[in-house]
Amino acid sequence: MPMSAVACRPSRSLALALLACVAGFVAVPAAAEEAGRTPKPSIVIESGEHCVAAPEQMRREHPDMLRHQRDRTVHRGERGMKVSLNRCVACHADHQTGSVIGSNQAFCQGCHSFAAVRIDCFDCHQSSIRPAGTRLAREAVP
Amino acid sequence: MSPLPPKPSRRALLGAGAAAAAGLALAPGVRLIELAQARVAGEPATGQVRWGLLIDADRCASGCTACVDACSQENGLDSAVALRQRPQWIRKVELKELRTGREVSLPMMCQHCADPPCVDVCPTGASFKRADGIVLVDRHSCIGCRYCMMACPYKARSFVHASLTGQKPDVPRGKGCVEGCTLCVHRIDREQNPACVQACADAEHGAMLFGDLNDPHSAIARRMREVETHAVRADLALDPGVRYQGI
Repeated sequence: MPMSAVACRPSRSLALALLACVAGFVAVPAAAEEAGRTPKPSIVIESGEHCVAAPEQMRREHPDMLRHQRDRTVHRGERGMKVSLNRCVACHADHQTGSVIGSNQAFCQGCHSFAAVRIDCFDCHQSSIRPAGTRLAREAVP
Repeated sequence: MSPLPPKPSRRALLGAGAAAAAGLALAPGVRLIELAQARVAGEPATGQVRWGLLIDADRCASGCTACVDACSQENGLDSAVALRQRPQWIRKVELKELRTGREVSLPMMCQHCADPPCVDVCPTGASFKRADGIVLVDRHSCIGCRYCMMACPYKARSFVHASLTGQKPDVPRGKGCVEGCTLCVHRIDREQNPACVQACADAEHGAMLFGDLNDPHSAIARRMREVETHAVRADLALDPGVRYQGI
C-alpha cells in the first residue's frame, strides 16, 4: 500500500502538469486569433467542408481551376462540371446577404480584400444565390 | 478505270446497325437522334448537330412582342439604360412591299451563320462559333472594339455601355463587351427550347421552330424540305442557321 501511495503521488502531479499544458495550448491560439501579430481574413464560411478539393488546394488553385473550366464551358459547351462559379456562389454565399461579396466577411471578398487581389468575376457574373422560387445552380448538376 | 464508290467506314456501319436496332425497339414517334442529342455532364457540344431556327412570317403576328419580352426576361436584358443604348438581342421588324402593300412581321436576331463575318473580323478570337453552330461572344476575351458590330450585316450585336447589376446566373454580362443572341445556349444545353421559341408557342402563334438542321428527321429539317424557306441576305452566302418562310 505505501508503495502504491508513493507511486500515485507523482502520477497525479504529472496529470495536473499535462492538464496545465493542454489548457495552455488551447488558450494560446485563441489569444493569437484575437490579437495576433499576423492579421488574418475574418470570413464567415457557411458551408465549406465538402468543396470540390481540399481547402489548401482550393485556396491556391481556385483561380486556375475556374479559368481552365470557363474556357471549356464557353467554347466547348461542357456543362454540369464540378468546377463552376455558379456552384461556388450557391454553396458559399452568406446566408444573410445571399452573396459572396459585399462585405469583408463575405466568402470571396473577405480573402480578396485581405490579399489585395481585385476580383473581376462579379462585374459580369451573378454574386448572389437565386431568389426564392427559382432553381439553384447546384440543383442543375446531375 | 472508274473510281470505286467510297467504302462506308466501320463506325458508320456500326452506327447504322445500332440505329436500326434501336429504331425497332423504340415506340413510334420516338426518334433515336433525340436520345443521341442528350449530353451528359462534361460532354462537349458536337459538330454532328447544327442548331437552327425556322421562322414563319405568315404566323408571326404584327405588334406581338412575346419573343422580344421573353428574351429580355430570360437573359436579364431589362435595365435602366436609355432605350437607344439598351442592348437588343432580338427585335421585331415590320416589312411592307410598297408595290402591293403586303405587310409581314418577323423577329430578327443573330442569324448564327455557318460563315460568320463577326468571327472573321474579331481581333482577339472572342467572337467564335461553337461546334453545334451557335455563334457566341466569349466575354473573357472581348475587348469591346465593336468591329463585329460593323461586320454583321444583320445588325444583330449590341454593346454594353454601362455597368450592370442583377445579371442572371446563367447569363453573365458586363460593361465593355459586345453581345448578341446566344440562341439561349444555356437552355439548349439543358435540352430546352430557346426562350423566344417557347414564348411564341405559349402565345399560340407557333411561328418559330427550333431544331437540328443536320438531322433529316427533325421537325425543322422536314419543314424545310416541304416548304420554301429563305435566308435573309442570301446574296452574302453566309449560310445562316435562322431561316424564314413567307417573306
